[in-house]
Amino acid sequence: MTRTRIGVVCITVAVALLAAGLAGAGTRSHHHTGQNLAVKGTITFDGIWTASSGQKQFADVIKLFNKTYPNVKVNYKPVGDSLPTVLATAVAGGNPPDMADIAQPGTVAQFAKQGKLKPITYAKGTIAKNYVSSWQQLGTYSGKLYALVFKAANKSVVWYNVPAFKSAGVTPPKTFSQLLADAKVIKSSGTPAYSIGGADGWTLTDMFENIYLRTFGAAKYNALSAHKIKWTDPSVKTALTTMGKIIGDTGNLAGGTSGALQYGFNDSVTNAFATPPKAAMVFEADFVGGVVSSSTKAKPNTGFNTFTWPSITPGANASAVEIGGDLFVTFRDTPAIRAFVNFLATAPAAEAWAKQGGFGTGNKNVPASVYPDAITKATEAPISTAKSVVFDMSDQQPPSFGATAAQGEWGLFQDFLKNPKDVAGIQRKLEAAAAAAYKKGK
Amino acid sequence: MSAGGITAEPPVVAAPPPSAEPGRLGRYLVGAVFLAPALFMLVVWMVYPAIYTIVRSFFGQTGFLGTWVGIDNYKTLFTTSTLLTAIKNNALWVAVVPAFVTAVGLIFAVLTERVRWAVVFKTFVFLPMAISAFATGVTWRIMYQQDPGLGAVNALGKTVSGVFSPAGVLSSASPSTPGLQATSSGALVLKTPAHPGSVVLLGLTGIAPDQVPKSAAQAVAPAAKQGDIVGTVWRDFKPGGGKAGVVEKQELGLPGVTVDLRDASGKTVQSAKTQTDGTFDFAKVPAGTYTTAIGAQTFAKPFGGYAWLGPKLIVPSLFIAYIWIWAGFAMVVIGAGLAAMPRDVLEAARTDGATELQVFRRVTVPLLAPVLSVVFITMIINVLKVFDIVYALAPQSEYGKANVIALAMYFTAFQGGGNFGVGSAIAVFLFLLVIPVLALNIRRFKRDA
Repeated sequence: MTRTRIGVVCITVAVALLAAGLAGAGTRSHHHTGQNLAVKGTITFDGIWTASSGQKQFADVIKLFNKTYPNVKVNYKPVGDSLPTVLATAVAGGNPPDMADIAQPGTVAQFAKQGKLKPITYAKGTIAKNYVSSWQQLGTYSGKLYALVFKAANKSVVWYNVPAFKSAGVTPPKTFSQLLADAKVIKSSGTPAYSIGGADGWTLTDMFENIYLRTFGAAKYNALSAHKIKWTDPSVKTALTTMGKIIGDTGNLAGGTSGALQYGFNDSVTNAFATPPKAAMVFEADFVGGVVSSSTKAKPNTGFNTFTWPSITPGANASAVEIGGDLFVTFRDTPAIRAFVNFLATAPAAEAWAKQGGFGTGNKNVPASVYPDAITKATEAPISTAKSVVFDMSDQQPPSFGATAAQGEWGLFQDFLKNPKDVAGIQRKLEAAAAAAYKKGK
Repeated sequence: MSAGGITAEPPVVAAPPPSAEPGRLGRYLVGAVFLAPALFMLVVWMVYPAIYTIVRSFFGQTGFLGTWVGIDNYKTLFTTSTLLTAIKNNALWVAVVPAFVTAVGLIFAVLTERVRWAVVFKTFVFLPMAISAFATGVTWRIMYQQDPGLGAVNALGKTVSGVFSPAGVLSSASPSTPGLQATSSGALVLKTPAHPGSVVLLGLTGIAPDQVPKSAAQAVAPAAKQGDIVGTVWRDFKPGGGKAGVVEKQELGLPGVTVDLRDASGKTVQSAKTQTDGTFDFAKVPAGTYTTAIGAQTFAKPFGGYAWLGPKLIVPSLFIAYIWIWAGFAMVVIGAGLAAMPRDVLEAARTDGATELQVFRRVTVPLLAPVLSVVFITMIINVLKVFDIVYALAPQSEYGKANVIALAMYFTAFQGGGNFGVGSAIAVFLFLLVIPVLALNIRRFKRDA
C-alpha cells in the first residue's frame, strides 16, 4: 500500500541559482548574498514521508530553499500512509493544504478534472531546462502542467541474493529466457527462485507492467495505460502468459502459491535475504534496498545486488525504465508557492536529497556522482539517462481500478496469482473493471 | 481564615424556601441548559453527518451537491461483485457470530460459577476486551501465519503432527535421474529394471546446501559388482546445474538414505543404507528383475501449516478471533444475570429430581432470556458494524473474500476510489440495516423501564 510507495518515489531537480533567477525575475534581490527577501508567506505541505522515511531529507531540501528565500516558511506535515485518505477528505471538505505529494497520476488527474488543482505553468521554463519533455508530459493533464515529479523510483529492477545465486552457479540474467533457465537451476539447488509479495497487489501489477513494457515497448505501454488498448487485447494475453511462467511455477515460489498470496512486500524482501534464504530474487523497485538494510543482515554486493529487468523483445525497449514517483501538486497559487515549485525543479534541490540515498530523479542536471554508493547509482542513474521512461501503469489508472485494495487491478492480479492458467478470464474481468472505472471518472 | 483558633460561627440558618416555583418557561430553560451540551454534540457529530451522508449518497463522485445521480449509487452497491460479497459476508457474520458469542459466554458463565479459580479464569477470558480490535487483528494475523516457524497456531499443529508423522531427511528433494519417478505414496521408484551386476544411479535435486548431511562426501558412481546390485544416491547438482543423472565432480553423496530393492511383484527383498559418498550395495542378489526405490518416509514433508489466512479459511479465522474478543464480555454480562437469579427456583427444580442438564435447559436459560437477548442484540449491532478486525487481520489479497460492508465503505470512499457518492450509499445502507435492531433494543428498554 501507500507506505511502500514512499520508497517508491524518487526524482528531482535542481539549480538553486536558476530558481532564484526565474522566480525572482521581477523582484530580484539586491543583496549580494542572493537572498530574496521580497517573497514572503507560509506554505502548508502534506507529504507521505515520516520521520523514518524521508522527512529529514525533505527538511534538508527545504533548508536549502530557505537559504534563498528566508521569508518563506514551509510547514511540512508528515501524514504518512494515510495521505490519500486525508487528502481526499480535505479536498472534499474544501480545505486542502497548499501543496501535497501524490504517488498516483490517476489521483492527480482526478483532482485536475475536478478543478481542485492550480496549474504550475509558471515553472515550465525551469522544468524544461532540467527535464526532458517526457517528464513534463508526466505532469500534464488535459494540456496543462499541474505536477512536478520531484522524486522517482526505478521499478525496472530485480534484487537478488548473491550467495543463493553463487551456490546455484548462475549469474544475473540478461534476457527473459535466461531468467527462466536460471530459475530452474536455482530451484534444483534447493532454493525457490522467486519471492513474491502477493498480499500487496501492486507488486503483481509492477511485474506485469515490466513484462508488458519489455515485450511491446513504451508506446503500446502508454496506450494500455490510457485505456486506448483494451485489456482483452492479444498483447495483454501475451504478457499475462509470460507472467504465468513465473507466478505459475508454484514449486519455485517461496511458500508456494498460498505463501505468495500471504506474504506482503516486506515479507517478500525479508524472505529473499534471510539466512538461509527462502528465495533467491525479488522483482521490485529501488526501495527494496531500504527494507534489506533495515530488516535483514544482508550486506551490499556480498549479500544482495541488483540487475536490470531482463529484456524480452530485443531492441530499444530492453532499456526502457518504469518508474513510480511523487508528483508535487499545488492547490493554491501564491508567490511563495511559485518560488518553492521553481526551486524544487532545480538540480540543487534534487541533489540535497539524492546524495543521502533513497532518491532518484529525472533531472538531467543531477550528475550520477551524487549517489552515495554503487548499488544506488546502478538503480537511480538510469532514471534520468534512459531513452524512454514510463510511469507505473496502475498508478495512472482511475484509483478505483489501479490503486484500491482487493478491487480492480490489485484484486484481479491476486486472482491471477491464485490461478495463472485463467488468462482469458482475468483479461475479461480486467477490461470490465477498467471500463467501469473510466466511465465513472467522467 | 485566621489561624487564631476556633471562632464561633453563627448558627446555620436553613436556606429560605424558594420564594416561588420557577415558571414553566424557567423549567424548560433549565432543562435546555442541561441538555444543550449533549444535544450540541449529538447534532454536530451524529445528526448533521447522518443527513449530510444521506444527501451525499444521491450525488456523483465530484463533491457535495455536485452531480445528481438519483439512485445510481445504490444500484452500483447491488451490482458490484465486491460490494455484494461484503453484504453476503455481513449476513454470514450476523448468522454465526452473535449466536456463538452468546453461547460461549453462557457456557463460561455457568461453568465459572462452579470452579475455584473463577476470578482468575474470568479475568483471562475478559482480558481480550481490554485490547483494541485492531491490535487483536494484528496479533491474530501473526498467529495465523501459514509458516509454522512464524504462526503460533500452525506451530502447535506442527508439534502435534511431528509426533505422529516426522518429516523425512530429504523432504524437499525431487528426482533428477530420468526414469526415477514419484509414486502416489510419495516414494521414488527407478523404473529402469535392475539385474544382479547392475549399477543404479539415483540422483536427487532441490536439496538446499544446508539440508545436506554434514558427513556427505564427493559422490561416487560405484563400479559394477558380480552378483550384486550397487548404486549411489547423490545430490545431482553442482553450481550451474550440471548434467542430470550423471555423477560429476562437486556433487555430494547423500549418506543415511534407505534404499529398497523390490522384486518383480513389488515386494521389498532387501534394504540398504547409503555411505558418506552416497553408495549402497545389495549383496548376493538372486538372478531376476528388480526395481530400486527410496521409501516415502525419506521425503515425508514436514507439516506445512494450514492457510488460515487463505481464501478458504479467512472468514472462519476472522470469526474465531472476533469470538475470542467478545466471549469475555458475554460471560461477564451473563454472569451478572446469573448472580441475580433466584436460587430457590434452581433448588426447587433439583429437589423435584431434575438433572443438571435439565435444570440448565429448562430453568437457567429461560430465566436468563432477557440477559441473553441483550448480549445477542448488542452483538448483532457490533457485527453489522465490524471493520477494524477485518482490516487488520485479513491480508490484502483476501480482502475480496473477507470484505464486509463497513470495510467496503472505507475503501470506496476514502482509499483509492475517493468515491464519496457510492461510499455514502454504502453507509446509508448499513444505517438502514442497523435501524430495525436498534428499534428492537429501544422497545425492550422501554419495556424494562
